[in-house]
Amino acid sequence: MVRLITHNLLACHAKGCTSNNFPLQLKDVQLEQREAEFNPDFLRRFMPKLDWGALVDTARQLGDDSLPLEQPEMFDDDFLRKLHHVLLEVSVEEGAMVCPNCSHIYPISNGIPNMLLAENEIG
Amino acid sequence: MIPTPDLSHLSRKDYDDVYEPAEDTFVLLDALEQEAPKLKSLNPAVCLEIGSGSGCVSAFLSRVLEPLVVLHLCTDINPIAARCTVSTGLQNKVSLNAMISDLASPLSFRLHGKVDVILFNPPYVPTWSEEADEAQERHGIAGSWAGGLSGMEVTDRFLKTVDQLLSPQGVFYLVAIKENNVPELRSGMQSRFQLQSEIVLQRRAGREHLYTIKFFR
Ligand SMILES: C[S@@+](CC[C@H](N)C(=O)[O-])C[C@H]1O[C@@H](n2cnc3c(N)ncnc32)[C@H](O)[C@@H]1O
Repeated sequence: MVRLITHNLLACHAKGCTSNNFPLQLKDVQLEQREAEFNPDFLRRFMPKLDWGALVDTARQLGDDSLPLEQPEMFDDDFLRKLHHVLLEVSVEEGAMVCPNCSHIYPISNGIPNMLLAENEIG
Repeated sequence: MIPTPDLSHLSRKDYDDVYEPAEDTFVLLDALEQEAPKLKSLNPAVCLEIGSGSGCVSAFLSRVLEPLVVLHLCTDINPIAARCTVSTGLQNKVSLNAMISDLASPLSFRLHGKVDVILFNPPYVPTWSEEADEAQERHGIAGSWAGGLSGMEVTDRFLKTVDQLLSPQGVFYLVAIKENNVPELRSGMQSRFQLQSEIVLQRRAGREHLYTIKFFR
């Protein structure tokens, strides 16, 4: 269950890979939609931690263009419901995340991302 | 009293590979329960557990924070532990976002100054360095206890990064034993990072003298 909220927080951490290492590109993904309880209070608290551009780009790559390119100033109910869906109800079960800079591949299997590096890749 | 999370879905066989909650786990759970009012007043959004093992502690934290809903991120170097963490989340109706990872490495870029609550019950048992290194490389059950010299080799690596992860109001709870040299550990965090600390709970359990230490700005 790698939801886009988690994807939004993961960056490549291979040795020497410090720029253009986020967001990781989703590849060959198997998606699942799972309903989650709508909690506007949580979304408001989480907003300051979010990278808006990365979320919108990733969602669009997955064919979801419900979110505006610019982060709105006001969070009305309609917006929060769309955000809720994209962040918390779409999840990657199988596939991979690829670093846009160094092309390191982080596999996702059974909904769990493997972010480990080999000994010689650790920074 | 907040009940211990339901772990009835885990079997003896799971505990061959994944740390079974023990006295050290309970010292952390009890400390979190004691801290409940303070934790809630922080109004946290992001909680991060390093070395989540069975997932018991993060599942418990979600109960402590109720009715507040937060994002739980759980890392473990052991892939089977990550799986158990997810299933413990499902069993207890809380979403535990598990990943196989060394400490918080893949999260530190994005979560710089953004983590509100950090938890770590680390491998704290003093061993030879080689034993700890090998356990870290194998990603198996020995990694749940083998801590290297003074039991601090894994913990020390994480302590260097805590200050960068914590949000301005953030708090970090660490389990330690007497052999880890708690006074030195605390004064080191103060002098290196200006992080204050407090012993939330200490308890003797068999041969171990266990502590939960809280660090904050
Ligand atoms: C003492 S057990 C605690 C498990 C669980 N949190 C509890 O309290 O019952 C320590 C855990 O840390 C994990 N661990 C050890 N080294 C790690 C590392 N470098 N990065 C992430 N997790 C690690 C182990 O696999 C194990 O699950």
